[in-house]
Amino acid sequence: MTARMGRVGLFWSALLLATVLALPWFKGGAIFSSALTEGLAGRVWLLPLVAVALGLAALAFGTRDWRVHPAGAVLVGVGLVWLILQGFGIGLRGPAMPGIAVLFPAAANGQPGFGWGAWVAGIALVGVLAEVLAARGFCRGERFAAFSIVGIVAALTLFVFFPILTLMSAAFIAPDGTLSALPFLIRITAPDLWSIGCLTGGGRCGVVVNTVVLGVLSAAFAATLGLALALLVARTDFRMRRFLRAIAILPIITPPFVVGVAIIVLFGRTGVVTVEVAEWFGMRPSRWVYGLPGILLAQVLAFTPVTFLVILSALEAINPTLEEASTTLGARPVTTFRTVTWPLLRPALAAAFLLAFIESLSDFGNPIVLGGSYDVLSTKIFFAVVGAQYDLSQAATLSVLLLGLTVAAFWLQTRWLGRSSYVTVTGKSDAGLVAPVPPLIKWAAVAAVLPFVLVTVGVYVIILIGGFVTDIARMEMSPTFSHLWTAFSFELGERGLQLFGSAWNSMITTLWVSTLSAPLTMGIGILTAWLIARQDFVGKRAFEFGTLLSFAIPGTVVGVSYIAAFNVPPIDMTGTLWILVICFVFRNLPVGMRAGIAALAQIDRSMEEASQTMGAGGGRVLRDVVLPLIRPAIFTALVYSFVTAMTAVSAVIFLVSARHNMATAYIMGRVGNGEYALAMAYSTVLMLVMVACVALMNLVVGRARLGRRSAVTSSAPPTE
Amino acid sequence: MIRRFTLIGATALSLQPASAFAQANELVLYCSVGEEWCRAQSEAFTRETGINVLMTRKSSGETFAQIKAEEGQPRGDVWWGGTGDPHLQAAQEGLTEEYRSPLLADLQPWAVAQAETSGYKTVGIYAGALGYGYNSTMVTENPPACWSDLLDARFVDDIQVANPNSSGTSYTMLATMVQLMGEDEAFAYLAQLHANISQYTQSGAAPIRAAATGETAVGIVFMHDAVAEAVGGAPIVTVAPCEGTGYEVGSMSLILGGPNPDAAKIWYDWALSPAAQEIGATAKSFQVPSNSNAATPPEAPKLIDIKLIDYDFARFGSSEVRSALLARWDAEIGILPK
Repeated sequence: MTARMGRVGLFWSALLLATVLALPWFKGGAIFSSALTEGLAGRVWLLPLVAVALGLAALAFGTRDWRVHPAGAVLVGVGLVWLILQGFGIGLRGPAMPGIAVLFPAAANGQPGFGWGAWVAGIALVGVLAEVLAARGFCRGERFAAFSIVGIVAALTLFVFFPILTLMSAAFIAPDGTLSALPFLIRITAPDLWSIGCLTGGGRCGVVVNTVVLGVLSAAFAATLGLALALLVARTDFRMRRFLRAIAILPIITPPFVVGVAIIVLFGRTGVVTVEVAEWFGMRPSRWVYGLPGILLAQVLAFTPVTFLVILSALEAINPTLEEASTTLGARPVTTFRTVTWPLLRPALAAAFLLAFIESLSDFGNPIVLGGSYDVLSTKIFFAVVGAQYDLSQAATLSVLLLGLTVAAFWLQTRWLGRSSYVTVTGKSDAGLVAPVPPLIKWAAVAAVLPFVLVTVGVYVIILIGGFVTDIARMEMSPTFSHLWTAFSFELGERGLQLFGSAWNSMITTLWVSTLSAPLTMGIGILTAWLIARQDFVGKRAFEFGTLLSFAIPGTVVGVSYIAAFNVPPIDMTGTLWILVICFVFRNLPVGMRAGIAALAQIDRSMEEASQTMGAGGGRVLRDVVLPLIRPAIFTALVYSFVTAMTAVSAVIFLVSARHNMATAYIMGRVGNGEYALAMAYSTVLMLVMVACVALMNLVVGRARLGRRSAVTSSAPPTE
Repeated sequence: MIRRFTLIGATALSLQPASAFAQANELVLYCSVGEEWCRAQSEAFTRETGINVLMTRKSSGETFAQIKAEEGQPRGDVWWGGTGDPHLQAAQEGLTEEYRSPLLADLQPWAVAQAETSGYKTVGIYAGALGYGYNSTMVTENPPACWSDLLDARFVDDIQVANPNSSGTSYTMLATMVQLMGEDEAFAYLAQLHANISQYTQSGAAPIRAAATGETAVGIVFMHDAVAEAVGGAPIVTVAPCEGTGYEVGSMSLILGGPNPDAAKIWYDWALSPAAQEIGATAKSFQVPSNSNAATPPEAPKLIDIKLIDYDFARFGSSEVRSALLARWDAEIGILPK
């Protein structure tokens, strides 16, 4: 055990040393233009890092228990602080602060952003730090947990808090460039944010009021529909269950804009449905769909699948013995549902509501397509950034408001959930039969789901047809592949394969980003969930708050903050593939985390404790006991993050570049330009790709297989 | 199994984003004309020079904001197309590079004037007049012919125009109204017009598309965009307003400090050549090209026949005026109740 512990520590310090000696320190640098060679060539401020690496290596190989040696802690601290200070102190065009030029005259030439060397060195330093902390009793000396926590905290700091703080500071910058609270106060109390004119009948409502109304309505509808769908699929003998499951998954793999477009084709002023209804009732077709009704419709269609998946995985994880016990004790089905099933579903319901609420707040695709003059915060932020003024301060102020709203949602959620215990998977007897829901609830669910199903089918028929006819918005229905060809044309000529279609670039980038970000998101998300649910360590509350905060940051805000923080050295990442991947990882992290927490909340600790008592380390418990039990959550996290990377737009719209465009940003451009057919054709291709990929994941990861009887196996004749 | 993974790996490598490998022989293009034209133009350039074009299409206001945001480290090489005002603002703010193309002598006077105004940091590549289009199946009687006709109560909630913050088209309208009527009168007109506006779109050409599908009756756009819809078969009638109207000089700028300066200049010179300027018409873009040797598409609205105002590009393309007008639009029009 001790030998192994020593080995890991040695690995980190050896990695650090190798990095500063050999890897290119700066972005775009040649191999061996490392911290050492760059430092010797004039950038002397890199040499202290080399010294730290040498010192740590000497300590690690020279002393017996270097991890508790005071010099080790000092060296790590100095290394990390110096890494950050020199990075921010000396920018691309020279020193950021006047004093530095006196210390290092060579700093006047500036330095590029961090390259591979700097990144690996940072990771290695974090690894050594975790070793040192664990050796001093952090996490009760549990090294795997210590490393996970330190690593995740470092990553969150870098990719969530640092950009947000950069953005927030922009909210307090007056037009003349000085820091001051007054302009912030003026902006944040502006009447166009808070007016409630539309409720009292005098004019229109403020943006904040609009946003909240939309968010609450959208989340309530989506959570209700998600619950109805989940109950029908998991707890009834309803005949069309498989169809329902398929139809509920469909919107999750659809870029939201296309749904908005299909809604216009169906319900717009010249829409199929609008015209029919107007003829029946002899009314003038109206533009009713533009505004709150349209956005709400599109958002409910788009977010219901998320709420459905969250609630379904919770429903499937409920231990049926509880419901069975209730029935055996003579409770009527309605009573069982009310007193057993419903309370157990509450965490999932709250999580689902919250997810939809935040999605709604950060969604700006639907408001842009269908909003008419119904302004919401996300579109306001978008226009403040893309607008001619490039008013980052205004965007930052609105972002603070948006953050406030989402944080408030969390506070409400924790209040509502209380501190009850939701443990149902205990490792003890787990052999009950799933109780069907009472008929009353079943038919209520059917009634709720029916309109949703009809609209969804209508929307998808439009999307599928729309990409392959001349112009569906004008009802010119001659079949054509020309839109598809515009997007995906190619030629095999003397220059080899040339991809001329305008969508190739975004398609290839999107596939890369999704494939890279999904496993990362799932891994970090589940790990975070496990740390929060299962580990005790100093600063756990702050850690929890931090991860929650990252959940509360809407995509629009993330996008703007990434531009503000990562466009200049030392962390110079805009315009790369990596900024997209990282954005998705930290944006979707909370989903994996919530799924994991919800699943873990139902699994009794005793099983892990048993495993620990028998000598397994933290990593092993996680791998052999916890992970197999929360497979549904893993699958949800994986699929969700993969699919979001292909369909989300609110953050990436700020981060795409000519080189790395994303499918959603491309589609949004086409929709904004009125090229509906091209958008639909591309979306169809994208959906097919997603179906294929999700099917592949299903094969690899598989879905829930908790060892429970099903009605079929239990009725099989006994073998004796 | 191993073979299969090798295959996947090989496929993955072949699809690897270009950044991982050599970056020579490519050009990052910020394109602000219609998507279809952007595509046709990039493809033609790649075919002719072998230089791979990485193209992003954004409205000119958005592109300006992006170039400004990337000021510390420019990612784009050329900003091609879009109304001239934000190009001039970019020139004034030092975001673009001075360059005198050998083809400057062949250009129309208005294109050269654009270059001179900016200190040769931008150049005109096409021109088009502002106007509007209406759907003739929805507006059957008493066809509108003037700006003032748009205030008619029968168009309540039935006119679309873009948001001037994101769209150069819409900013051109704002500037045109100010020059036609005077600033206060222009804002009074826009406030009155607001009652008839159903939506301020993000992209300049989107309103005419909505008119083509019948989602709105009137779309305020550049006349060539309305013509393009009519050519595409939509029941759109193009109007050159009787009071007179403004026009754009669609421009092109080299982004200062872009990653591929040599390819950028190749594009710049190529884009001013007659052959390159005639590509627009094949992509349903009927602007008047700036090279006097390039054929003007027959569908293009004849600038001669339109009552054009003497548009003050230097003034309305300056940072102060543009920012002030947009701020006033936000404060007085953007917040009006609907």
